[in-house]
Amino acid sequence: MILETLVEARSGHPGGSLSAVELVVALYYSVMKHDPKRPTWPERDRFILSKGHAAPLLYSVLAQQGYFSLEELKTLRKINSLLQGHPDPRKTPGVEMAAGSEGIGLSVGIGEALAAKIDNKDYRVYVMMGDGEMQEGQIWEAAMCASKYRLDNLCGIVDRNGIQQDGLTEQIMPIEPLASKWKAFNWNVIQVDGYNFEQILEAFNAASQMRNKPTVIIAHTTKGKGVEFMEWSPEYHGKVPDRKSIETIVKEWKSE
Amino acid sequence: MAQVLSPEEIGDILDKPKKGSMREAFGETLVRLGSELKDIVVVGADTTGSIKTSLFGAKYPERFFNVGIAESNLVSVAAGLGIAGKIPFASTYAVFAPGKCVDQIRNAIAYPEVNMKLVASHAGISVGPDGASHQELEDIATMRAIPNMHVVIPSDPNSTSRLVEILARDKGPYYMRIARPDCPFIYSAAQASSIRKGGSMTVRDGSDATIIACGLLVYEALIAARKLATENSLNVRVIDMLSIKPIDEMAIIKAASATGGIVTAEEHNVIGGLGGAVAEIVVENYPVLMRRIGTQDTFGESGESGELMIKYGLTASNISAKILELKNLDRK
Repeated sequence: MILETLVEARSGHPGGSLSAVELVVALYYSVMKHDPKRPTWPERDRFILSKGHAAPLLYSVLAQQGYFSLEELKTLRKINSLLQGHPDPRKTPGVEMAAGSEGIGLSVGIGEALAAKIDNKDYRVYVMMGDGEMQEGQIWEAAMCASKYRLDNLCGIVDRNGIQQDGLTEQIMPIEPLASKWKAFNWNVIQVDGYNFEQILEAFNAASQMRNKPTVIIAHTTKGKGVEFMEWSPEYHGKVPDRKSIETIVKEWKSE
Repeated sequence: MAQVLSPEEIGDILDKPKKGSMREAFGETLVRLGSELKDIVVVGADTTGSIKTSLFGAKYPERFFNVGIAESNLVSVAAGLGIAGKIPFASTYAVFAPGKCVDQIRNAIAYPEVNMKLVASHAGISVGPDGASHQELEDIATMRAIPNMHVVIPSDPNSTSRLVEILARDKGPYYMRIARPDCPFIYSAAQASSIRKGGSMTVRDGSDATIIACGLLVYEALIAARKLATENSLNVRVIDMLSIKPIDEMAIIKAASATGGIVTAEEHNVIGGLGGAVAEIVVENYPVLMRRIGTQDTFGESGESGELMIKYGLTASNISAKILELKNLDRK
């Protein structure tokens, strides 16, 4: 569905949308307290897609959950659409914050988590970040801040797919050792296989049990997951495959 | 248009100036509003003592957060608090915010129209000895160019308090800039209470020309107006443009049509600030000659506040000279 949406839009970021499917599905179908009929329900858990270029993934899940009709997906990136190229909370029901400029979402999540603490509310805040996004300095400002305020209601997720627009993260600007970095900032760090639902759900559960520390889940994933020619290919960070290739892929998936 | 201050009051302000601090007014007003508006939260970035938001922190520690020297995080955390229903005030020095975080202000606050108030102190050249690195002269231009953003500038302690109250009670993204030095009171608290959202104050009426000023230059404008009255028999209107965006278009158009010439005065680059904002309205509605006083597309330097204001032409005497220049051109 993500790929069909992107082909319809003729532009977008397929790789980073496909790598994190299982993580976002786990959150919306199992982990988070939310209600598609009441997108602004004050008690809802919050999901912030800081890597805003994965908007097609978020939109697909929100549509499946009933936040808006599946038909809307065909309008992605087109004029007058509810579905902007990057998330816009004023246009799209269920979108928590505007994203697209990398590095901001974790700080915004801190603000929402602090508000929950002030009000004694038990909602949780989830922030999904890209691994290339770890290169933004603001991530580490936020990392310090969240542990200072012991935000155990905040859970970061790093989609560790290893690739950014110009190439491999470890060639462009190495972010390893990533887990040690987060540990050094006094976070609870959990590493999972980003396609193993059991591990993913266990990690979210462990994060919710943690007290006095924020948790980051480093999910090891594959950019362009499920599409052989896109996997591990930086080219597909911001390029959409042609319609014919997509049709072949979708046919293969459906016959599996 | 009725003027706010009587000639006697203007005389008192100029002859017996009573000084106060915009920063203290800001901090004290937050404390006062904090007891009524329980959703007010304050976020600081290692400058809370200087900006006096520490007063709020002492009274309401559970609603006060210091994120350290991390301005991008400062404004973004405040955005999150706003999204979650709070009334967040974030503040630090203007060179740092908005200076260091226009991206976050644009994308995380203005674009989604988050209810967030950025109050920047130490704006302008009056910062003094710290020098050019600490003298923010571009913030009005950058902030007013961002859609959804409101931009307000108080001219004394009481207008500071009044604007903080307007910010706290109105929804949406706001930028307010205040200056570091103590400054003379222009308004009584009662007079300041008539300041309205998006409004200006005509502090002195006049029909021969108009000075439109903001911040510390409003007081200089009053000095200039009195000098022009006594020495040149010119009756000059003085408008305190407390809101740069939205801007009081009617006051500007009326000033142009009734007085025929406008001098703007601000502690900011002449490019894109108050002068630019006024000129945009004037040329589209009632073109008259204008002069814009501000820093002339240059950085500042170290020096005492007063010395710098003189060196960079942000003074009553420069304002009156520019008014005379307009009037002389008028006669030719």
